[in-house]
Amino acid sequence: MARVLVGVKRVIDYAVKIRVKPDKTGVVTEGVKHSMNPFDEIAVEEAIRLREKKQASEVVAVTCGPTQNQETLRTALAMGADRGIHVEVQGKDYESMTPLHVSKILAKLAEQEKADLIILGKQAIDGDCNQTAQMTASILDWAQGTFASEIKLEDSKMTVIREIDGGLETVELKMPAVVSADLRLNEPRYATLPNIMKAKKKKVAKTSPADLGVDMKSSIEVLEVVDPPEREAGIKVESVEQLVGKLKDGGVI
Amino acid sequence: QSTLVIAEQSDDSLTPITLNAVSAAQKIGGDISCLIAGENCAKAAEALSKVEGVSKVLVAEGGNYKGCMAEALTPLVQNLQSSSSYTHILAGASAFGKSLLPRVAAKLDVEPISDIIGVKSADTFVRTIYAGNAIQTVKSSANVKVITVRGTSFEAAQTSGGSGVVEKAPETEANSLSAWLSQELSKSDRPELTAARVVISGGRGMKNGENFQLLYDLADKMSAAVGASRAAVDAGYVPNDMQVGQTGKIVAPELYIAVGISGAIQHLAGMKDSKTIVAINKDPEAPIFQVSDFGLVEDLFKAVPEMTKML
Repeated sequence: MARVLVGVKRVIDYAVKIRVKPDKTGVVTEGVKHSMNPFDEIAVEEAIRLREKKQASEVVAVTCGPTQNQETLRTALAMGADRGIHVEVQGKDYESMTPLHVSKILAKLAEQEKADLIILGKQAIDGDCNQTAQMTASILDWAQGTFASEIKLEDSKMTVIREIDGGLETVELKMPAVVSADLRLNEPRYATLPNIMKAKKKKVAKTSPADLGVDMKSSIEVLEVVDPPEREAGIKVESVEQLVGKLKDGGVI
Repeated sequence: QSTLVIAEQSDDSLTPITLNAVSAAQKIGGDISCLIAGENCAKAAEALSKVEGVSKVLVAEGGNYKGCMAEALTPLVQNLQSSSSYTHILAGASAFGKSLLPRVAAKLDVEPISDIIGVKSADTFVRTIYAGNAIQTVKSSANVKVITVRGTSFEAAQTSGGSGVVEKAPETEANSLSAWLSQELSKSDRPELTAARVVISGGRGMKNGENFQLLYDLADKMSAAVGASRAAVDAGYVPNDMQVGQTGKIVAPELYIAVGISGAIQHLAGMKDSKTIVAINKDPEAPIFQVSDFGLVEDLFKAVPEMTKML
């Protein structure tokens, strides 16, 4: 049976309207509701389902970030993950942390934990990078099943249906492998109150990039973060006829 | 300064986003080589050699590249990088490019830059974060910049005028990690959501899945793709792959028609870069009207069929 590692990122909740900081260094995060990256919820759900089908022996949730990330880890544990690993990254290191760092951390943990499968969200809805799963697989020299909408795990191989631009693609991966979860992979469960209580007793180990031998230097410097160009509200038209006329006049149709 | 553009093909024909990636490479400046791989890709390679600005086309043909798996292409790109030391490696931000380039970047131990919408200089790029709700400018000090390019943000390079040299790419170790089995492309006659010139999306106001037929009828008249808001997807009217929004697909067509969509932030994030936005909603207070160029306050069940009839 496979030991599954899932990555969970703490991000600004998807329903919150983002505000760019006046000094253009980033977006306002203080006092803003955060939750688990929606794609990571799907990853956690898939891992738990594998355990429920007795295809996974254990589900280990990993998060990289400051103290507040423990909430995200608790959410994963309340959903059903067996234990958690909190990789503490604070201050400047956290600000400049990129998917490459996270991939190196995950690869190291996968070796330490003797994981057979890593499931990650296809992207985080803050940085929209869509890199971590691919890079983790690359560092480990494992196969990658990106943008998965269905996985079928057998002993030494896994069949993955992937979402590609024009439809779906089926690939076969040699195990161990990394999967990145797309929207259609499953519908994540909500944590129930009893499970939230139970999660408080589950084990969370702490480690750090330094403990894992991961250098947090980055080649990426964010020069500025600004608001997208404002879209001005246009006009109201009175009828379909007028609408079609306007579109034709503008050469749009 | 030199760029390697990883071209994309399907069934031996060049995928349009490759032309956008070449155009981004032109903005960066310097020599442009392209790599094209596939089980059969001779015709696509020939077409690629004629693309304006392309000086060399490296062709990797054969069974190892069936399905263009990232596991097969990564060692090939690594080989090329170690012999040619490109300053930039680019690909379109398609499912193919997004799968491949981060894998390549990690092998080269550099941080990739995803889905750029602009080139400020050879080391400074513009990209969106938070699904387009903020725009970030990043500078990379990596010795090779590994970048995916958003197709809708760069004009397509001319498909004629180039005279690139076609060469065989070096032999590379075979991929033993993964295998491509099959593909099932959506059989719709309508264009694909992210590539369509016109997109018509329905929201909760559609009331049920059957009513989406109204949008399909209109879409057929306009050669448009049909999308949906998260609310419509969550209500089970249409499948997930139709979702336009922060957690769905991001579109930027010439014309976007939002039908019965109130305009939640998470939806706006997926479509507000559209050139012209039309909103049809019976609620005059719907936030979608704040971003629409033309708003029509009317019952969609009356307005949409009327519009279909008029076109």
